[in-house]
Amino acid sequence: MSGGAAAAGRRRSKRLRRRLSKAGQVLIGIVVLIWTVLPLYNMIEVALRPKDAVFSGDLFPAHPTLIGFWDVLTENYWYLTHFWHEMGNSLYIGVATALLTLAVGTMASFVIARMRIRGAWAISNAALLTYVIPMSFLAIPFYRVMQDYGLGDNLWAVILVEVTFATPYAIFIFTEYSASIPIALDEAAHIDGAGPWGIYWRIYLPLMAPAMVAVGTYALLLAWNEYLYLYLLLSSPGNMTVPVALGQFLNSDEAPWNLMMATAVVYALPPVVIYYAFRRYMSTGLTMGGVKG
Amino acid sequence: MDGASLAARQVGAAARHARIRFGGLRGSDAAWAMAFLVPYAAVFVLFVIYPVGYGLWLGHRPGLYAELFSDPIYLRTLVNTVLFLAIGVNLHLFLALLLSGYFLQKSLWVKGLLLVFIMPWAAPAIPTFISIHWMLDGQWGLLNNLLWFVLGINGPSWLTERWLTFATVIVAYVWKWTPFWTVILMAGRTAIPQEVYEAAEVDGATGLRRFIYVTFPLLGNLYLVCTLLSTIWTLGDFNTVYFISGGGPALSTHVLATLGIRNAFQIGDPSLGMATVMSALPLLIPLVIVLMRKLSRSQVQL
Repeated sequence: MSGGAAAAGRRRSKRLRRRLSKAGQVLIGIVVLIWTVLPLYNMIEVALRPKDAVFSGDLFPAHPTLIGFWDVLTENYWYLTHFWHEMGNSLYIGVATALLTLAVGTMASFVIARMRIRGAWAISNAALLTYVIPMSFLAIPFYRVMQDYGLGDNLWAVILVEVTFATPYAIFIFTEYSASIPIALDEAAHIDGAGPWGIYWRIYLPLMAPAMVAVGTYALLLAWNEYLYLYLLLSSPGNMTVPVALGQFLNSDEAPWNLMMATAVVYALPPVVIYYAFRRYMSTGLTMGGVKG
Repeated sequence: MDGASLAARQVGAAARHARIRFGGLRGSDAAWAMAFLVPYAAVFVLFVIYPVGYGLWLGHRPGLYAELFSDPIYLRTLVNTVLFLAIGVNLHLFLALLLSGYFLQKSLWVKGLLLVFIMPWAAPAIPTFISIHWMLDGQWGLLNNLLWFVLGINGPSWLTERWLTFATVIVAYVWKWTPFWTVILMAGRTAIPQEVYEAAEVDGATGLRRFIYVTFPLLGNLYLVCTLLSTIWTLGDFNTVYFISGGGPALSTHVLATLGIRNAFQIGDPSLGMATVMSALPLLIPLVIVLMRKLSRSQVQL
């Protein structure tokens, strides 16, 4: 009798414990959600305010309006008159960085992983060494170096810097991913008379497609995150990009905050969309061989 | 040492063996190999060797360092940098370690939450940091409005006092980078074979003890590599400080990366700017050596 009661009590306390831990998990979830969303919510919320309500203590816009977005998209404000041109520059830099990184990275990794040459370790180590240089530490020499190369105030100066810092990651991921492609394919193609270029172009590249999507996205996001090099290496209005335009107004007192936030949202959208579209590939790429510790 | 690493070693040994067996390449194959390597070699020489060499030359005069160390702004910056690394890096990696376990739960809403949680990393840094900067406005920012609505208190003016400002910089940093490391550590956790956990459960290790005696030792190496990499990247982080505090108030929250740019371009002394960032080399070089050893030996990749 008493044994039965004790067992029931134990069951009850076990159920209680499970419920408590479930409640704890939900609580953590809520905290994480608020923590993550708050700055993003702020961005959208301020962007939805009309101009005269920018300075108000509301948590929600009292009269939400899309006029801020409309002004950005139609370049209808003095600091936004070149918005689409600036967006175009950012896009140009991002896409060129991604394509060039893919070209340089696949070629180097093809030699390292598939051609069995002596001294491939030197390339890997060069890549590794580049990977561990903090990018901003080279900004000062790069300012002069790019002028020496005749690339002062040229979008290609930024593209080449981004490629320099994206390629090491590309080489790691590609070399790692190549291991999953049987070398017998290369040998079969070789017997059929294909040269290195044929093997690279018709066998290696198509099979590397998932890793290339991951690395391409990575390079694009890297370029899209850039500020310092855009600010230092590009000076003429024709080479203005969105982050630099946003940065100009950060510390001015008359910043049109609703328009800045609308600009910020529009600028943030492409990489977010691309990231979520290719998320599946990203996580294979990012985490591949993540932990052979 | 788990199965995967053993497999990797065997593959590596086989590859080495194959290389020895086939020897070098001949004729047109070798020419192709060279041609394929030219683009990367060119990038490395033109955009790594030359800028690094030029940078080292710019900052080589000992007098520059004497000048730096007699400057109170520089000394304050040094303190800030060390604190930023010590607190920021460890805090967000430890959070990532905890959250990586949380997000591996199977329920659907946790998976949905993960999609949202990853957003700070997927969104570009400048727009979100500008948003945080505006959120922290003492008078009209969302944060103080929220404090007023929920708790009925007047929040402080976040960006006008050194330590408060510095704390918000670290918080913004944690917000931006925790998702990335969480995903990495999640991959690390999934690579731990399920049998290990089952065996541990038979031996009575559950909950916290399972984490301390099973998960953490197996993740240890990856966690160390993450810490080293994150430290190096954080050392070079320009955007967080620049966009959250701008180094203010009164130049009190600069880190080496932002002060270097300020010295080089606002003060107009590139050598002094280069010396500012190069003064991090005594910290950076040992980190890089340890990291390169770890990376090339254990094949941990990010």
